Amino acid sequence: MKKYILKRLFMMVPMLFGISVIMFVIMHLAPGDPAGIRYGLNPEVSDTAREEFRSMYGLDKPVMVQYFMWLKRFVSLDFGRSLVDDRPVIEKVLAHLPATLLLQASSVLLIFFLAVPIGIISAVKKNSFFDRASTIFVFIGYAMPTFWLAILLVFVFSFKLGWLPVSGMRPWYVQYLGAWAQLKDLLAHLALPLAATAFGGLAALSRYSRSSMVEVMKENFIVTARAKGISEKRVILVHALGNALLPIVTILGLTLPVLISGSFIFETIFAWPGMGRLGYEAIMHYDYPVVMGVGVMATFLTLLGIFLSDMAYVLIDPRIRLEGRK
Amino acid sequence: MKAVNRGIGKLKKINFQIILGSLVIAVMSLAAVMAPIVATYDPLEVDLSADARLQAPSMKHFFGTDNLGRDVFSRMVYGARISLSVGFIAVAISLFIGLALGAISGYYGGWIDSVIMRIVEVMYCFPTFFLIMMVITFIGPSIVNVMVVIGFTSWPGLCRLVRAEFLTLRERDFVSSAKVQRVSDARIIFRHILPNAMSPVYVSATLSVGGAILVESALSFLGLGVQIPEPSWGNILTAGKSYIDYAWWLTLFPGLAILFTVLSFNLIGEGLRDMLDPKISRDRR
Repeated sequence: MKKYILKRLFMMVPMLFGISVIMFVIMHLAPGDPAGIRYGLNPEVSDTAREEFRSMYGLDKPVMVQYFMWLKRFVSLDFGRSLVDDRPVIEKVLAHLPATLLLQASSVLLIFFLAVPIGIISAVKKNSFFDRASTIFVFIGYAMPTFWLAILLVFVFSFKLGWLPVSGMRPWYVQYLGAWAQLKDLLAHLALPLAATAFGGLAALSRYSRSSMVEVMKENFIVTARAKGISEKRVILVHALGNALLPIVTILGLTLPVLISGSFIFETIFAWPGMGRLGYEAIMHYDYPVVMGVGVMATFLTLLGIFLSDMAYVLIDPRIRLEGRK
Repeated sequence: MKAVNRGIGKLKKINFQIILGSLVIAVMSLAAVMAPIVATYDPLEVDLSADARLQAPSMKHFFGTDNLGRDVFSRMVYGARISLSVGFIAVAISLFIGLALGAISGYYGGWIDSVIMRIVEVMYCFPTFFLIMMVITFIGPSIVNVMVVIGFTSWPGLCRLVRAEFLTLRERDFVSSAKVQRVSDARIIFRHILPNAMSPVYVSATLSVGGAILVESALSFLGLGVQIPEPSWGNILTAGKSYIDYAWWLTLFPGLAILFTVLSFNLIGEGLRDMLDPKISRDRR
């Protein structure tokens, strides 16, 4: 078991390497010059100063050389400094990490705990009103431009009803509130970004939960369990769900790249101070080191999420879990 | 005669979903192609006078006017050109790459298969939207770049699908018999195996047209797609977001257009799945 975990963790290394090479090459082969972005058409900045800026950040060297310089520093977790405000990239990324983790973790949990019950009920009561309604919801969920949904949510809940804040995460007044009021304020700010982020994944996972449950309910061991006189509730929740969960957990892991992709849009729309917004702004400013930092971190988070979902798979699946005990 | 019968048999299976979806897409495509006739105003015509800006929908302006007094209906008709062409061309590119790599990977196996599958895995685990945003910013936002970049980032799913089909089909007798007759590899791949592998590809490609349209609209919304003043559904929504409190029509209509277009492509895709593979359709729905 330990060996398996180590092997899985080790497999992340070539993946991260591959991603970093792809990103680095794209960024550095593309036209556009950070010195130009930083100093613009400012005539006070002479050509020599621009050259100095480039050589200071090593931007005048060939791409391969630059990549290995980057890689050498990366191994010691040094992502370099931002070209925009000269702060260390790792500091910037870590400062934006908690907000992203909060949003992503809560949307994964929300998706899981809503989608699985929806899937179970639709599968058990096939062709009922609930099943049909959830099928329509899934269909719309697949086709919904979620950034549009985000705007609609703001319109309804912030502008019309005035229940929830428009954007941001921690307004300036929060520090004057008590702990309980701070939490309430945070949840109010979280609600809309969370709904927008979770929507697409919720549709996808409900559908997989349903089909996974339908498949399992046809198995012989379900008939056996019923024949033994086990209550229907137990048959569904223990015998069927226990087996249906396996593919669901795998799919949940695979929705992570989609969720993180979404964070670049939603964090920008909701001014959520996370990595998605940091990445968007870094791209807009040609801030290479920060773009690389965010990209590598986003990939790492995705790989970690998929790893965790595989671990959950091991925990759920008795065939793998019990193997070690023999 | 037999062929005709088979053709009719297939036609009978064409279901309600496909008809409904195709109808919507056909109307939209027609409007897009004949945009100069359908549009009631010049989509770029700015009118800054107070009684022309942000007008609510009326008989004069079906979907109202935007913050610069431009007719939203006309802009959306032209925007349909963008969305539909991005959808089709991006998917054509990803089909080309996905089919080629998937076929090579599945047919030959071995080291080339491992290399291609590693690339696919890397693409799967990467938040692709970030890559797309990055590339578009660095090579410059334009509609052609958007099509190409979406095409180049959305092939891994198709590639896996084609590879899986090839893996099973290459073991079949008709392939062995072709090999014995010294048919060239290229001919076996394209003439013998590929036609048999296409059913799931049709379904997946149709569904990805909707996906490509969603990505394009999100990019345009963020200012990375079609550049203003050129209209697209996504960039009308950008303006809509700023004026949402007093001009709901700027947000409602383009969003619905995206939703219904993608919905229609998905309907066609699901319908095709039911038609081509009735076994799984019942439960997958």
